Amino acid sequence: MQKIGVFICWCGSNIAATVDVEAVAEAVKTEPNVVFSTNYQYMCSEGGQSAIRNAIAEHGLTGIVVCACSPRMHEATFRKAAAVAGLNPYMVEIANIREQCSWIHKEKSEGTEKAIILARAAVAKLNRNVPLFAGESPVIKRALVIGGGIAGIQTALDVADAGYEVDIVEKTPTIGGKMAMLDKTFPTLDCAACILTPKMVDASAHEKINLYTYSEVESVSGFVGNFTVNIRKRARAVNSDLCTGCGVCVEKCPSKSAKSEFNQGLCNRSAIYIPFAQAIPNVPVIDRDACIKFKTGKCGICEKVCTAKAIDYDQEDEIITKQYGAVVLATGFKPISMERYDEFQYAQCPDVITSLEFERICNAAGPTKGKVLRPSDHEPPKTVVFVQCVGSRATVDCGKTYCSKICCMYTAKHAMLLREKYPDTEAYVFYIDVRTPGKSFDEFYRRAVEEYGVHYIKGMVGKVAEEDGHLIVQGSDLIADKQVVIKADMVVLAAAIEPDPTARSLGTMFTASMDTNDFFTEAHPKLRPVESPTAGIFLSGLCQGPKDIPDTVAQAGAAASKVIGLLSKDKLMGNPCVAGCSEPLCNGCSSCELVCPYGAITYEDKMVIDHGVRETRRVACVNEAVCQGCGACTVTCPSGAMDLKGFTNLQIMAEVDAICR
Amino acid sequence: MRRIRDMMRSRAGELLREGTVNRVLGWKNGEFYYDPNPAVFETEESLDGLVYNGFSAAMLSKYLIDATKKEGRILVFLKPCDTYSFNHLLREHKVNRENTYVIGVGCDGMLDIEKLRTLGVKGIKSLDENGDDLVAHTLYGDKTLARRDILLEKCLSCKGSEHKVYDELAVVDDPWQWDTLDRFAKVGELEGMTPDERFAFWRGELSRCIRCNACRNACPVCSCLKCVFDNPRSGVQAKSNADSFEENMFHIIRAFHVAGRCTDCGECSRVCPQNIPLHLLNRKFIKDINAFYGEYQAGADVEGKSPLTEYKTGDVEPSVVYERGGA
Repeated sequence: MQKIGVFICWCGSNIAATVDVEAVAEAVKTEPNVVFSTNYQYMCSEGGQSAIRNAIAEHGLTGIVVCACSPRMHEATFRKAAAVAGLNPYMVEIANIREQCSWIHKEKSEGTEKAIILARAAVAKLNRNVPLFAGESPVIKRALVIGGGIAGIQTALDVADAGYEVDIVEKTPTIGGKMAMLDKTFPTLDCAACILTPKMVDASAHEKINLYTYSEVESVSGFVGNFTVNIRKRARAVNSDLCTGCGVCVEKCPSKSAKSEFNQGLCNRSAIYIPFAQAIPNVPVIDRDACIKFKTGKCGICEKVCTAKAIDYDQEDEIITKQYGAVVLATGFKPISMERYDEFQYAQCPDVITSLEFERICNAAGPTKGKVLRPSDHEPPKTVVFVQCVGSRATVDCGKTYCSKICCMYTAKHAMLLREKYPDTEAYVFYIDVRTPGKSFDEFYRRAVEEYGVHYIKGMVGKVAEEDGHLIVQGSDLIADKQVVIKADMVVLAAAIEPDPTARSLGTMFTASMDTNDFFTEAHPKLRPVESPTAGIFLSGLCQGPKDIPDTVAQAGAAASKVIGLLSKDKLMGNPCVAGCSEPLCNGCSSCELVCPYGAITYEDKMVIDHGVRETRRVACVNEAVCQGCGACTVTCPSGAMDLKGFTNLQIMAEVDAICR
Repeated sequence: MRRIRDMMRSRAGELLREGTVNRVLGWKNGEFYYDPNPAVFETEESLDGLVYNGFSAAMLSKYLIDATKKEGRILVFLKPCDTYSFNHLLREHKVNRENTYVIGVGCDGMLDIEKLRTLGVKGIKSLDENGDDLVAHTLYGDKTLARRDILLEKCLSCKGSEHKVYDELAVVDDPWQWDTLDRFAKVGELEGMTPDERFAFWRGELSRCIRCNACRNACPVCSCLKCVFDNPRSGVQAKSNADSFEENMFHIIRAFHVAGRCTDCGECSRVCPQNIPLHLLNRKFIKDINAFYGEYQAGADVEGKSPLTEYKTGDVEPSVVYERGGA
């Protein structure tokens, strides 16, 4: 026989304004086994918690229901309070009457009615609760960082500096990411390579950091503190141990028609290549689609010229299996495709380029050796038009609804660099708003306008057309309230940025939730910004949302501190809400084993006594240390043999019945 | 069919004699010619009672669950479509393959007694079956029929003449072949209805259910030791109905339970004494699974993953419900 206490929180006016808390407290008194109910202004405060502790002692309560905010906010708080008073923490049920009730209702009568129903459901469930006890699991003191851009590098360095091993998995042949492609960085205009390459070197030289470049995560199993990850190390066709990085193979390679990824396709590279001069590791990779040897079986020049005998055409992909306590997603971004923006003629005119392409054109190691030249005729442009918000803050299908955040600043930078190098070149910027909320950002933008004479025009470009070797840009000037037509030589599109396409499959693999734009979601948008809702998965950099380099580095450090906090623990308290198998009901069909994402279920032949019949049957066994309580097995099991502690089928049906009463 | 029956009798006799198998699972005559029953034969002499004709539709695969628990080896005759269900039972570890000797038997398509009755054929004493030509000897004289007119629903969309698993075959070189129909045609028709029309259709069909459990008992996938409906912990065991809809839920829940596992053997509809087209529920699931996860035929093989118990990163998102106009 249970003795249940019900506690209704006002949450100030958050709940009390739309829910009659007195009425709820009164209504639940008649529910089965409820012996006490009360309401209080803030149940989570010390006063509220002591009211809980006192009631447990005074009324000899065996379980409590707290009607308050989402269990994600304060379930842990109330479980601790109950435990202090001697209750098993799993004899606490939360009825969410805030997010799922008071916040979404306007009428007090409706809110109150629903709150009563939710409270009844929680009481009905609690009547079937039993005390549960958590086990412990060890923490593997190694972190995996997926993505080797500035975010991944910074997180890895910070975690490694704290003394833990870190592996970085990077899908391209080198670490460095998008930052390595940039020329200068706002608002200080220091050279991106000058500040990034020392960090790349630090990461590769760090004794605690291990780099897997040209590699991808293949599959994952396990859970917080104990992930097992398979990494596919793709075959470079070059033996990294033997290669000296002399570059002779790259020079002698006769196939030079592949587009350089690093230079955004603005120039070609050889089939065997090192993406850029400061690449780490400084080991070439053979692009098998471009290589004559791989395509026709003939050639083999790189092998002949390599004095280190490092070329290995027979090299195969390697699968590396390692265990990690924590995983950091730092998968970064890419600019959206401009192919669908016909009004800007991106696909048709070579002189209409994206900002990242302009970045390469400005760069001394870029396709034009740093001279700003038109891709079509290699002539210096006299007039350059920059178009902001191409695909950002969009209301049409091919764009993104969000602000890409970095474009206002880098466009100001580009215009400024252009005017600095070529004072006789005119720079026009079309903008919707100029957004400069960052340290020294607005000063930077004003310098572009005031000192460098960049023409800012509030309005959007409607059309770009090629005419006599020029680009006729038609746009609107909203302040002057007139149409403007500019005869330009080059148009630079500030393309919106989106998460790297690999993020989605990784999100599914790691059960890290994503928003509608495929950015990873945080455990809490304000209070837990670098953690995924899935325990042990952390977020670093742009994969979580648009941000610039300073923000990325700051967030990377924050993610590292969370990882260090996890890895510093020797053991984690397990979750007692795990699956269990009722052996007399089990069919041995293996459905649960196949569906289990954690590999927690195995089958054994066991002697089963079923109504006097003794026979050996194949039955499911749950490894409680591995089970994460996701419940997939319970819904898959056709005979109902699998059940989840804390969320048993009977408990859930009792809730449903109480709601439908 | 008679040629095949003779092959079956003689091979079963040989295998019993030489001790390769201890028992034979086949069909014997029932009360009427049109209802041969599954039966176990233990001696060579008893095999004279082994029958195989156009009415041997009853699938034997499921009987192996209990039969293969016994000592010794059992010979079983499986028609091509029965081998899918046999494979499925192997996949779920319900049948012991080592205790089984499978003879795949050729099949000309099984007959629907209801269709014969509709054509006015009564009092059948025996059949002469020769491909499409069929002569029924009845109490009221002989009737000549076209086999294609009286095939069972499940045979109209036959999976083909290939046996997916067997130890040896008993087939003829020149089997009769017939044109098959699109098995999803009726499902498509139901999908085209408004929700209200569809609800009315199923209410009409399912309201005839007498809960005899024949569908459950015949289903090769419904092989739980204890069905959830009989599980005292489920809270629904031996419960009287609160309303007339509750009985309908039995079939809807059963369709969910067999989703992704159903081999589309059609036994549920064949054995239903109320002629409820239960296979349509399963085919709706199969059609959707094929659309969402790629073509999948349960029981086509024993190994490999099945779409509903496997995660793939490219799996369909829940939002597909809205994309298809659902709510």
